[in-house]
Amino acid sequence: MIRAMRILASNPLSLVGLLLVLLITFAAIFAPWLAPFPTHNGAVIDFAFANKGPSARNWMGTDLVGRDIFSRILYAYQISLMLGIVVLAIATPVGTAIGLIAGYVGGWTGSILMRIVDVFLSIPPLVLAIAMMGVLEPTLTNAMLAVTVMWWPWYARLVYSIARSEREEGYVLAAEVIGAGTMHIAFREILPNCLPAIITKMTLDMGFVIIIASSLSFLGLGVQPPTADLGSMVAEGARYLPDSWWLTVFPGLAILVAVFGFNLLGDGLRDILGVDE
Amino acid sequence: MSLLSLKHVSKTFFTSSGNVAAVSDVSLDVKEGECLAIVGESGSGKTTLANMILGILQSSKGHIHFNNQPLSSKRTAEQRRAIQLVQQNPMSALNPKRSVGASVRLGLDTYQIGQKSERWQLVEDALEAVGLDPNLRKRAPAALSGGQRQRVGIARALACTPRLLVLDEPTSALDVLVQARVLRLLNTLREQHNLTYIFITHDLAVVRNVADRVAVFQSGQLLELATTSDIFSKPQSTYTRQLIGAVPVVDAAELALRNKLAKIAS
Repeated sequence: MIRAMRILASNPLSLVGLLLVLLITFAAIFAPWLAPFPTHNGAVIDFAFANKGPSARNWMGTDLVGRDIFSRILYAYQISLMLGIVVLAIATPVGTAIGLIAGYVGGWTGSILMRIVDVFLSIPPLVLAIAMMGVLEPTLTNAMLAVTVMWWPWYARLVYSIARSEREEGYVLAAEVIGAGTMHIAFREILPNCLPAIITKMTLDMGFVIIIASSLSFLGLGVQPPTADLGSMVAEGARYLPDSWWLTVFPGLAILVAVFGFNLLGDGLRDILGVDE
Repeated sequence: MSLLSLKHVSKTFFTSSGNVAAVSDVSLDVKEGECLAIVGESGSGKTTLANMILGILQSSKGHIHFNNQPLSSKRTAEQRRAIQLVQQNPMSALNPKRSVGASVRLGLDTYQIGQKSERWQLVEDALEAVGLDPNLRKRAPAALSGGQRQRVGIARALACTPRLLVLDEPTSALDVLVQARVLRLLNTLREQHNLTYIFITHDLAVVRNVADRVAVFQSGQLLELATTSDIFSKPQSTYTRQLIGAVPVVDAAELALRNKLAKIAS
């Protein structure tokens, strides 16, 4: 812990990343108390303040129906973080289990599993998600499902490559000679050695998941109005650029801050956990 | 009485550049309680032979019997437990993400040795048996020296209460002083637990100190099998003579200096 803090302290950018992530998480959790206009998360119309620029009342201006953009960004962070956490909470164990089994067992089992992974990886992620959302109804749950389907193969590939190299280590041979079972060796012996890379990737991926989810919303395939979502807010405001710039710039900056924060933290974690790039 | 018996055992690897006969038609017996050294240069088939005995590789031809029972590809738990390994590289032989105790306990859990509540005590006993502080069980392998790690590797194998230990160059990665201590420990443990050793090495000085008999391998074939004294005094094959000839000779002056230093040290 002390070593981790020292590495973080010696890397100011990672520290900035950690602070940004903490700030975003705090904002998302306490959005109902922090937002100046908590009701503006939903279907509220206030034409008296419609499409106003930044002011003392509305720090980031208002949207086309008079909702406070700052308040909506705080709520949008809730959606973004929840989406990222749910996607990674499903994609990571699935991809990790498949990669571990394929990497350790190898042979035909490994080949078949990794060819399935290759099929998923051969389709551009956003195209796969758009295709899925074209078939499914555009809802938050389906957006999470689409992003999860495109995300797990990356974990399978990462863990597979680590497991392939770890299985040549002496401690795996020792466990085999002792007579430990395949599941024990894969999940109790090899998996702990994959965890630093997995944790680092998860942190970096939070930012990417937020971008992909925002991209889906931008295309009208993700979270639907009136629910506040960073991608759909950017899409909505893009039509009024450059005059009503605040409609796009502030939600865009919110995405940037989130992605930047998770990426910087991920880089720091890579150093702390001693993961090779 | 023979504990392990190999009859016409061969192992061929099929590679893209052709078939490679790693071990060819090897027959030998290992008696209970003896230490059989297997020597030969790199690529002579020593480790392949050990891997077949351990069940990591299956022989292409021939039969291996342990305690008069055939060792098939599907070994019984009892057979697996009875044959254990101590590896060459103590740095990679222990899982860096698990504690020393967890590594030693693996065999106890796998074979349900002792009650669950008493297994940590058994781990500490195994560490003590190899001359380590039992409190080391909570440490990570990274906190241990090379010699200590090799002792943990021996403790892990011993925890399974094996009858046969395959020692795959257990001292080659250690410095000379630690080497001597580990060899002494292995000799003591052999006497205490009536263990049988297959000692794979290319170090003939070590062989002279620990082995009862020596099997000399070259290009996957068993060239010569004799008692240690016979191998050193009456080597039959040219290759064995070359191996013995390659051992650095200590001249009288150096021997006198060594004795003097040993006296000072003691």
